[in-house]
Order: sequence, then C-alpha cells, then structure tokens
Amino acid sequence: MNQWAFVIAAYAVTAIGTGLVSILSWRAMHDAERAAAKLSERA
Amino acid sequence: MHRFANPARFLKIARPLTGWLFWPGLALILVGGACGLFVTPADYLQGQTVRILYIHVPAAWLGMGGWTGIAVAALMQLVWRHPLAAIAGRAIAAPGALFTAICLMTGSIWGRPTWGTWWEWDGRMTSMLVLLFLYLGYIALANASARDGQAGGVSNVTAIFGLVGAINIPIINRSVVWWNSLHQGPSITLRGSSIAMDLLWPLGLTLLGFSLWFGAIVLMRMRTILAQNKVEARMQRLARG
Repeated sequence: MNQWAFVIAAYAVTAIGTGLVSILSWRAMHDAERAAAKLSERA
Repeated sequence: MHRFANPARFLKIARPLTGWLFWPGLALILVGGACGLFVTPADYLQGQTVRILYIHVPAAWLGMGGWTGIAVAALMQLVWRHPLAAIAGRAIAAPGALFTAICLMTGSIWGRPTWGTWWEWDGRMTSMLVLLFLYLGYIALANASARDGQAGGVSNVTAIFGLVGAINIPIINRSVVWWNSLHQGPSITLRGSSIAMDLLWPLGLTLLGFSLWFGAIVLMRMRTILAQNKVEARMQRLARG
C-alpha cells in the first residue's frame, strides 16, 4: 500500500477525534452556562 | 492555588483564557501539521510515514500528561481539599482518554508499514493500552460518584484510583529501556534529540498547539461541570421551597 495512505489515515483519525471533542465540549459548555444564566435571571 | 478555590474567581480567569488557549492552539496544530505533511523531507529509512510523528508524539505526551494532571488533582483533593481539584480531574479524563486512544491508533497505523504489524504485545504498547483502560475506569468511577451527588463528581475512592494509576506513567516512559521492544528507544531526552533538526522542528509547533488546545478543552469541561453544579444546587433549593 502507498505510504501516504497510512499518513492520511493517521491524520484523519486525529482530526476527527479533536474536531468531535472540540464541538461536543463547546456545545456542552454553552448549553450548561445558558441554563445556569436562565435560572439566575428567574431567581 | 487556594486563591482560585472560589469558582467565581476561577470563572473570571477561565472565560477569556479558554479562547486564548483554543485559537492559538488550533492555529499551531494546523501550521505544524501542514509543515509536517508538506515541508519537511521524507525519512531515508521510513519514507513518508515519518510524518505520523507530528501527531503521534503529541498524542502520547497528552495521554501521559493528562493522567499526571489527574494524579496532581487527586492529591490536591485528598490532601488540601481544594474544591476545584475534583472538577479539574474529571474534566481532564475524557480528553486524556481521547489522546491515549489516538496515540494507540496512530502508532498502530505507523507500525504496519514500518514494523510489518499493526500490534505487538510489547512493553510500550501494552502499558499504553493499560493507560486507556485506567482512563475508562476513572471515567466510570467519576460518573458513578457524580450520580451519587459527590462534590465535583469525584469521590475520594476515584481520587485514590487516580493517584494509584499514576504508577503506570514511569512504566510507559521506561518500557522501551526495560524490555525488548519493536518501538524505538527514547529519541528526545533532556540531553538532546537523536532526530535530525530538518525533521524535528514542526514537532515543537504541534506539541505546543495540542497542549494549548488540551488546556482549552479542560477549561471548557470545568466550566460545564461548574454550570451544571450551579443549576443542580438551585433546583434543589427550589424543590425544598
């Protein structure tokens, strides 16, 4: 197999992993802080 | 450290710091990765596959560094009862596990064309796999203690598990010295590097970039846990009337 196929596979695994964690962490933080802010406004 | 024990004071610093770490980290990862892919020369022995170095080494560094962070947080929780230590430990676990898994996968992909095998049960690979299982155990214990309503979601038992698991870090580090291994010996030490500078320089960019990015993700996850705890406490107060 072409050596570049292994390189691309390794970079793809890393890009997918870091991208997913970035999006999931940001969304979780955004939703949790918005929920906390809403509750503070109501109180 | 106790200056930051107050969540409000911590959040005042963490909010701007999240972006300051995330965007420069991402930029360094992209620049370092692009230079590693397109600028540096191929290795005379390994050919193009040497380019996996620029993501495999930072992944290994963060997998091991993440558990070291968990152990330090556990020590601060158990000895000084720092209120944010448990939250920090729990926040580190998921990205630490991710990078350990990325290290194992990129190492396996690198091993196939270099060693002729995807996997070998030698000291380095096995101890790194043990680290992944330790992370999964820690996450399961932390989630269980969060359901039991422990502050920060990390019970003392989970913290002790984090401390005891740290014994695996020096084992991973020394595994290529103590046992025969397909994995190369230590090529970057305090005394210098056996890798040619022509190949080495983008590694500095990706190492720093992934480290900054990791810090930003940990801050995001700490902010999430703090906000969830705040909501939970307020709901309990409302329920009590």
